Amino acid sequence: MKKTFFSTSKYRLAKSKIFFYIVCFFSTLTMIPLFLIIWELIKRGYKQFNFSLFTEVAPTSMDAMLAKISGDPIPGGILNGITGTLLILVIAIIIAIPVGILVGIYLSENPKKKFSNLIRSLADLLQGIPSIVVGIIVYVWVVRPMHGYSALAGSVALAIMMLPMIIRSTEETLKMLPTSLKEAGLALGGSYTLVVLKILLPSAFGGLFTGSLLAISRVMGETAPLMVTALGATIVNWNISDPTSAISLLIWEFYNDPNLAPLVWSSSLLLLFIVLGINIFAKSVAKKWKIQ
Amino acid sequence: MKDKIFKSILLLASCLILVLTAGVIYALVSQSINTFSTFGFFGFISSTSWDSVNENFGALPFITGTLITSILALLFCIPFSLSIALFNGEYFKGTKTSTVVSSVVDLLAGIPSIVYGLWGFYVLRPVLIDMGVSAQGFGVLLSSIVLAIMIIPYASSLSTEFISMVPNDLKEAAYSLGSTNLEVIRNVSLPVSMSGMFAAYVLALGRALGETMAVTMLIGNTNNIPSSLADTGNSMASIIANQFGEASGLKLSSLMAIGLLLFLITAIINFIAKYILKIVNR
Amino acid sequence: MENSINSENNKYVLELKEVSVSYTPGKNAVENVNAGIRENTVTAIMGPSGCGKSTLLRAINRMHDLYPEIKTTGEILLKGENIFKMNPMKVRRLAGMVFQRPNPFPTMSIYDNVLAGYKLNNISLKKSEKDEVVEASLRSVALWDEVKDSMNKKGTFLSGGQQQRLCIARAIALKPEIILMDEPTSALDPISTNRIEDLILELKEHYTIIIVTHNMSQAARISDNSMFMYLGHLVEYGTTKQMFTKPKDKRTEDYLTGVFG
Repeated sequence: MKKTFFSTSKYRLAKSKIFFYIVCFFSTLTMIPLFLIIWELIKRGYKQFNFSLFTEVAPTSMDAMLAKISGDPIPGGILNGITGTLLILVIAIIIAIPVGILVGIYLSENPKKKFSNLIRSLADLLQGIPSIVVGIIVYVWVVRPMHGYSALAGSVALAIMMLPMIIRSTEETLKMLPTSLKEAGLALGGSYTLVVLKILLPSAFGGLFTGSLLAISRVMGETAPLMVTALGATIVNWNISDPTSAISLLIWEFYNDPNLAPLVWSSSLLLLFIVLGINIFAKSVAKKWKIQ
Repeated sequence: MKDKIFKSILLLASCLILVLTAGVIYALVSQSINTFSTFGFFGFISSTSWDSVNENFGALPFITGTLITSILALLFCIPFSLSIALFNGEYFKGTKTSTVVSSVVDLLAGIPSIVYGLWGFYVLRPVLIDMGVSAQGFGVLLSSIVLAIMIIPYASSLSTEFISMVPNDLKEAAYSLGSTNLEVIRNVSLPVSMSGMFAAYVLALGRALGETMAVTMLIGNTNNIPSSLADTGNSMASIIANQFGEASGLKLSSLMAIGLLLFLITAIINFIAKYILKIVNR
Repeated sequence: MENSINSENNKYVLELKEVSVSYTPGKNAVENVNAGIRENTVTAIMGPSGCGKSTLLRAINRMHDLYPEIKTTGEILLKGENIFKMNPMKVRRLAGMVFQRPNPFPTMSIYDNVLAGYKLNNISLKKSEKDEVVEASLRSVALWDEVKDSMNKKGTFLSGGQQQRLCIARAIALKPEIILMDEPTSALDPISTNRIEDLILELKEHYTIIIVTHNMSQAARISDNSMFMYLGHLVEYGTTKQMFTKPKDKRTEDYLTGVFG
């Protein structure tokens, strides 16, 4: 028996080593797409990543074709998309964050109630709905009754997608606060409402902020739900009941129009920078906040 | 008095979630009734016809398209997400290296779907064409590869958590009996974290099922059951994205019905995953 | 510093020579320990918490190799062979280990838990050999009669004391030269503790046992020899009887009389 142990132990160690290298190899491989994608966007997009990207609306297919024929860079930018994304997001935030935080407070204050478990499960259910399905639901709810596509419809769709994330992060942040905090507040004679609003929420601010930022970065790049709700527009629109463009919608438009294709890279680059930027910022805030 | 109002506001907000969910189900069901009463539930999900002229619709090609691409994506993602989980949760647990690796992988989850679609279209598709997979490159294989990359972060972050939760003294016990790294992983770490990892992959599958834009851009947009990996098709999400804009009447209802089916499938998959997690966490 | 037990028999099964262990460079958790341990004895390592007793124990089966930041220096001879020149897997097979908290593998049955060492070492046995090993190992930890009808149940269904005996069975199934026990009864109730102590005395017939304990009366009850460690140093090493009656060092005396608490 000892002999078999001896003769195989080298083999076993070698096998273990090889497995380790395989794991390292695959892990490295996994990280590569991120850099490849960023590299590709920079490589193809930097030429069009200019001032007019932020100051001009998307060109028509005709203008782009003419520029292409004469060898000029494609004129125009994605101003209508940037303002559209901003408009749609702001309304979505106004809808989702207060409701999400209130529900989160309810769940953390009544953690064991049957009703809370139901709400938690439903929030999970909502979070799992594919984005395009959220889109068509809002189409039925908002677009059809309003007789038209609108920024508001897009906002409702994004708000539905943000809501479960905000509920969850609120509940989890509040749960992490020591119970003594609430008790101390109540012991000082503060009313329940004041303790929650003036003590718990401010203490949880870092967590709520991070959670909201992550939710925003998650829905910011969404395209599918906006296609069937906000539709898109060729002009800068600030009216919430009119069709509105968004950066992601413009990318989709450019992708589908060979004349506009060169713009697809610079606008994707911008979108990726903003989304990953918010993402990284949110996580670094979370880290700092956790240390405190 | 004030507290009462505040508490009722909290309750009201929570009830809104209830109303929202009811509204979601009502919207999908009410809009798809027309389709189900015309073709029958089983008739609709078993028919391969998608004929706008004669108004004859069936969901089978899209259900199969969704299932094939998602399951393939899941299979493709396993070696990568398992490696990440072992890298971060076992070999380099708690080190700076693992922090860097996991943040990079997490960033993959932050990339918008449409950017993945672009990258798949312009970078990966030519590679597949060069490899001779198909003339255009579009299809099940291309979509599955991109989907796999998209779900890796979801599968790996949760499985990392479960692998790193395997008690250290259990692993030390295995080492103290003379086993190698690999043997500890195979006989202790993986079996102990098995059910949690399984849930992680089920959740990742749920992600893949509902993924819309990337698949819409890469699967080829044809209304047939894919006959091979190189064949084109449509997923449930992509047919909705592709045809919703110009649909009306029975076609619109059929797209809604597909939406309802997709909602149900993802809900069931997510429910299974959450159920397993609940048992594991007990 | 010379710490050895006077004996006409100079053959030690385990010899520690200038063993030091550090968790952070330049700061030793165990410093320059010299000791020899004879066959078929029970040696208790005592000392206040944080004195390095577990650290010393874990050096003996090279457990510290698992953590790259921990450095071990010196020589440890197991049957005359330097363990740092051996394959660590072999060292660990020759030195069985029992942990503070009972830790049977939760995914394995009782039967498989006993055979875990064989499985983990890729040693394949015939069914009859397996049955033999399982029965012999469980009998020697006095667990056989209690579990022989529930071999296929998970080990985690047993009581804490039974689990710990299963873990001892798991260690001795591989027929190690020495058994290292790291406060094996600290998580157990008094009755289970008693049974484990009896078991240790029985196992002494066939094995050499080194046990870390913070329980002085336990050391007095079961050990032949005792080490007293303080701040990483092996302060005193001698027969248990002598140490408890006439400690040579003031610090040992303080510890035994409860000055350190």
